[in-house]
Amino acid sequence: MSIGPAWYLGLAAVLFALGAIGVMVRRNVLVMFMCIELMLNAANLTFVTFSRVLGDVGGQSLVFFVLVVAAAEVVVGLGVVVAIFRRRAGTTADDLHEMLG
Amino acid sequence: MNPLVAATIPDAVTFAVCAVVVLSGGIGVVTSRNPVHAALSLVMTLFGIAVLFIEQHAYFLAAVQVIVYAGAIVVLFLFVIMFLGVDREENVQSEPLRGQRPLALVLGAISLAGVLALSATANWVTGAHKVAGGLTAGHHTDTFLLGKSIFTTYLWAFEITAALLVIAVVGAVVLARRPSPARDEDASTPVTEPDRGPALGQDGGTAATGGTAPGERGEPGEPVTAPAGATVPGGHEKLEVAR
Repeated sequence: MSIGPAWYLGLAAVLFALGAIGVMVRRNVLVMFMCIELMLNAANLTFVTFSRVLGDVGGQSLVFFVLVVAAAEVVVGLGVVVAIFRRRAGTTADDLHEMLG
Repeated sequence: MNPLVAATIPDAVTFAVCAVVVLSGGIGVVTSRNPVHAALSLVMTLFGIAVLFIEQHAYFLAAVQVIVYAGAIVVLFLFVIMFLGVDREENVQSEPLRGQRPLALVLGAISLAGVLALSATANWVTGAHKVAGGLTAGHHTDTFLLGKSIFTTYLWAFEITAALLVIAVVGAVVLARRPSPARDEDASTPVTEPDRGPALGQDGGTAATGGTAPGERGEPGEPVTAPAGATVPGGHEKLEVAR
C-alpha cells in the first residue's frame, strides 16, 4: 500500500507555502504566475490524497476542474501580460504603478 | 499504526524522491533569477506531482497533468517569455519595497503553520465515504469512474467549464490583438503590421509613421485613398485618445 496521507498533506502544505512566498517575494509577473501554479498543484495533491483516503472519486473530478480553471487563468493572465508589455517596457509588478487609483 | 511502517519500501522511496524533486523544483521557481529557469523548475515540480498522482492510483490525472501542465501551460509560459524577450537575468537582490522579504517569509510561515495545524487537528474522515461514487467499484479503472462522475454528477460544472474556456480564449484573443487602424474589423494587412510595430512604444511617433504609408493605412477602413493622408491620422489619434 501507499504511504499514509499525512506525508502527502505535509508535502502539499509546504509546496503551498512555497508558492505563497514566491507570489509575495517575486516581482516578475510571469514568475508570480508560476508560483500561483505551484499553489494550485499543492491543492491538487491534497485533493487526490483525500480522494484516496475517502475512497471517493469526487476529489479527482475536482482536480480535473482545477486543471481547466488553471489553464484558463494562465491564458488570460498571459494575455494581460502581453498587452501590458506592449505599452510598458517591463514585466515586473512595479511597472504597473500607474494602475493605482 | 505508523504510516511509514505500513508502507512498502518502494512506495516510501518513491515518495521521498518525488518529495525532494517537487520541493527543489518549487524552490527553483521561487529563487531562480532567469524566468526560463523558473519555468523549467516548474516542469520538474509538475512531473514530481504527476508521479505522486500515479503513486496514489490516479493514473488518468497523472497523464493529464503531464500533458496539460507540462505540455501546454509551461510551453505557453515559455512562448510568452521568449516572445517578450524577458529571458535575461533579473536582479533578485534589489528590494525596492523595504521589508518585503521578511514579511513574506513570516506570512508564508504563518500560512504553512495554519495549513499544517488544520490538517493535524481537523477531523478529516467525517464518515461520509464515497459521496460521489467509490474509487474501487468493481473492476473499473479510475478513468472510467472519473468520466462517469464528470458526465453524471458534475455534468453542469463540466458545461460551465466549456463556457469558461470559450470566454478565456476570446478574452485572450481580444487582449493580445494589436489595435488595428480600422476599428470595426481586424482587417490589418501585412503591410501595415510592421509599420505600427515601432510606433507602439511612444505615442508621439504615431503621426510620423501614419504619414509614411497613407495608402495602405486607409485601405481597410475606406476605399477612398486620396484623402487618406488627411483623414486617417486624425482617426488614428482619435483611436489613441479612446484607448
